[in-house]
Amino acid sequence: MELAALSPRRIARRLTAGVDGPLLALSLALAAVGLATLFSASYESPGRVTAQLANLAVALAAMWLVAQIPPQTLMRFAVPAYLVGLVLLVAVALAGEVVNGARRWLHVGVTRFQPSEMMKLALPMMLAWYFHKHEATLRMRDFAVAALLLVLPVLLIARQPDLGTAVLVAAAGFYVIFFAGIGWRVLVTLGALGVASLFPLWGMLHDYQRKRILTLIDPSQDPLGAGYHTIQSTIAVGSGGLTGKGWLHGTQTHLEFIPERHTDFIFAVYSEEFGLIGNAILVTLYTLLVARGLMIAANAATFYARLLSAAVTLMFFTYAFVNMGMVSGILPVVGVPLPFVSYGGTSFVTLGMACGMLMSVHRNRKLVHT
Amino acid sequence: MRLAELKDHQRELYLFQLRVGVAGVAVLVAFALLCARFFQLQVVQHDTYAAKAEDNRISIVPIAPNRGLILDRNGVVLARNYSAYTLEIFPDRVKDLERTIQELGEVVEVQAKDRARFRKLYAETRNAESLPIRTRLSDEEVARFAANRYRFPGVEIKARLFRQYPHGELASHVIGYIGRINQKDQERLAELEVEANYRGTDFIGKAGVEASYQQELHGTTGFEQVEIDAAGRGIRTLARTPAQAGSNVTLTLDIKLQEVAEAAFGDRRGALVAIEPSTGGVLAFVSKPGFDPNLFVDGIDPQSWADLNNSPDRPLNNRAIAGVYPPGSTFKPFMAMAALELGKRTFKSAIHDPGYFEFGGRRFHDSKPGGNGFVDMYRSIVVSSDTFYYQVANDLGIDAIAAFMAKFGFGAKSGIDLDGEATGVLPSPEWKQRRFRRPEQQKWYAGETISIGIGQGYNAYTPIQIALAVSTLAADGDMYRPHLVSHIDNLRTGERRRFEPELVKHLELNPENLAFVKRAMQGVNTEGTGARAFAGAEYTSAGKTGTAQVVGLKQGEKYDEKKVSERHRDHSLFIAFAPVESPKIALMAIVENGGFGARAAAPIVRTVLDYYLLGKLPESMLKPEPDEEDDSQGD
Repeated sequence: MELAALSPRRIARRLTAGVDGPLLALSLALAAVGLATLFSASYESPGRVTAQLANLAVALAAMWLVAQIPPQTLMRFAVPAYLVGLVLLVAVALAGEVVNGARRWLHVGVTRFQPSEMMKLALPMMLAWYFHKHEATLRMRDFAVAALLLVLPVLLIARQPDLGTAVLVAAAGFYVIFFAGIGWRVLVTLGALGVASLFPLWGMLHDYQRKRILTLIDPSQDPLGAGYHTIQSTIAVGSGGLTGKGWLHGTQTHLEFIPERHTDFIFAVYSEEFGLIGNAILVTLYTLLVARGLMIAANAATFYARLLSAAVTLMFFTYAFVNMGMVSGILPVVGVPLPFVSYGGTSFVTLGMACGMLMSVHRNRKLVHT
Repeated sequence: MRLAELKDHQRELYLFQLRVGVAGVAVLVAFALLCARFFQLQVVQHDTYAAKAEDNRISIVPIAPNRGLILDRNGVVLARNYSAYTLEIFPDRVKDLERTIQELGEVVEVQAKDRARFRKLYAETRNAESLPIRTRLSDEEVARFAANRYRFPGVEIKARLFRQYPHGELASHVIGYIGRINQKDQERLAELEVEANYRGTDFIGKAGVEASYQQELHGTTGFEQVEIDAAGRGIRTLARTPAQAGSNVTLTLDIKLQEVAEAAFGDRRGALVAIEPSTGGVLAFVSKPGFDPNLFVDGIDPQSWADLNNSPDRPLNNRAIAGVYPPGSTFKPFMAMAALELGKRTFKSAIHDPGYFEFGGRRFHDSKPGGNGFVDMYRSIVVSSDTFYYQVANDLGIDAIAAFMAKFGFGAKSGIDLDGEATGVLPSPEWKQRRFRRPEQQKWYAGETISIGIGQGYNAYTPIQIALAVSTLAADGDMYRPHLVSHIDNLRTGERRRFEPELVKHLELNPENLAFVKRAMQGVNTEGTGARAFAGAEYTSAGKTGTAQVVGLKQGEKYDEKKVSERHRDHSLFIAFAPVESPKIALMAIVENGGFGARAAAPIVRTVLDYYLLGKLPESMLKPEPDEEDDSQGD
């Protein structure tokens, strides 16, 4: 073997190959915000921060690894990943472990995981593959098949019940269909039908389900239960003001008024301590991330790469928008983490892989042959 | 051609990029909306929210609902609430717990017991706001503490509702008790998704009806929005949603009957279950010894807890549903039913009983030395012939016995509305296969079937199972699910939820066979092993004595009561129903280590029946005299 192959320079070049600078910088900036906020939310005890650093390392590794795989190769995983995901979702429905009243987890040897998580990427991959195969002759029928491919896993996830993930997976699938070019008229018609079908659906619900939905809309109806989250997080955001109360000085946080303050409600902690200016910075970071992703999509080489990268980019947006929206009380509370900021390993890795996909698409933008 | 394709590609790319543009605009609009919301919250309404947060102005205070009452079938209160003052410590707000408790002792009486209990609660309860150091303060103590309050930051007087069980030990295994919500309860509440309704609730049913009807008894938590100052003291109430009290639970149990039954046991250990055959309603439910549920109400002190747990009498063990016993000869009427129904015996079948049954070179002895001579079907029950049923068991075979007994509910949970029911053991080759590991142990030996016939061997049933089987027999095959609760009254809506009798199944039994076995059981009480206990009864009754071996005897060894230690003496059992023509009550009683069934258990059953059917109280309700003379009658 050549000695030059081991020179530090070459190693560095090999390591950075395929890594997109802007994307990496943006996700690292977001992760830094997350770590600082986490430190405050953990009452300045660094244990959780260390754990999150480990999560970050794993996510970066996943990002790098996926970035090395060309989209064409990645496409081959689309169908198996989707099918395996579907089978696992069925397995969860039949034999999953119930945690906090929801059947989401599957035991695999010593560990357990949520198959719904892998659907967040497997579904857009599958749909992008499908449209790519039928690229030349896209007709209504193809969109119908795509819709079916989307509805199956979403229903299984919603049944668990895991509304947050179901929304995210459905959104990711919908984005692919949208970018594949479904007609505007069809889109509007479907939207109208969807709204109309809500009414008979409402009649079929149990009382307690209705109550839960009403609480989603108006949290003050259940201030001790589900509504408590929203009431307290809204107070946290509002009391942050223009400049915030300062890092480590959020009273809502430190008086334990904010539930789930490490995970889904970490934005309440951030917003209370850094105020409107902090929020603006965070939203700007996400906007830049989305802009970079859409830019990559617009220049992607193949239909598959385009669809996948555009859908994944909008998925980032959906995460961020739904999360911040629920914390500030304009969207119902569903379990959606704030990308790169919320504490937790699984979603971090998923997001890292998604980032890796974008990087891979960008790196291979000039390969025209399909 | 190529150009067209290329053009198509160009057009497609253009369309895609257009959509990307649309998406980009949508993202910008959405983020702008979000920012507008931030502006609204953080700039426009900032003052409002800042006030809410920084002054901690509004606090939502849960109002715990009053727990529902538990009543007996005649409306006698078995569990109620009373209000009392407690002295509570907020551990988070107290710097030096030990010193505070020490100084509190100078103002109000704090016993070593109180301290021990506080320490136990402090160790067990997580995230509790406040914990009681003293309960039930007198008015004088309240006044004294109020005057010294400034000395004790983090200590407060609270008015709380306490649970009280006015009958003490009586029916303690039915009523159960409540205790503080611990980590495990908390997890279960989370699983049921009712946590929110338990904010402000400190206690939860731990055993008995208190536990199995927890949800009904608990009620709905209300809440109050209170304006509080910086020190956390309430200033005024802004809004209030009142709590809704829990429902009252009325039992099928007759507490007077229960008292008669428990008194009849005296200090002896055992269980008794009496069921109304036509409904499955439980009339009396005894597990002796009991315990005083009042001990648990404000957190049991460690000494009493240790006493209850370490007592060899195991007072916390609910024998009636969790104790498993061999039924002994009370199994014989069911064996007789099996033999008749399956055509292995007729009413006229008879044997000459030499005092043993020989099988495979081994002699199975009758409890009566020398045997009962001529024994037909009728006499086999009346004099309780072991030899007869050894043969019946051998002729039926274990599979047929197991299948038949399963129909009567032996070896299966009865489904009574209490937690912690045991399954018992209905022996069969399949059961043995499952139960044991080594192949030689897994095999069923034909010899093992023989002792099954007289209710020994692997037979092990709970008293509720045996009582249910008797009730099913009494009701000519109708098996109603045994239940303790008759109805539940929702105080708010005035709605009454009745628990209708639930027919689990109807056994198809030949009426002639039923009548025959019932007549033989009647014979037990008129001319057989139960005759002495039922002498002079003013109603018709059917019964069967039983004696269950606690330790196995070696072959040829004779059981001598005086030689074996008290704990190894036989259990005394009795099953009965009355009146025979239209049974109003079916019951089983077991006295642990009580000896012959006729001696210990039968008089208890007689006492219970006398009260239930005639309203006759035993002469000395507190001290029934067990017949100490040896019974010459066989078991």
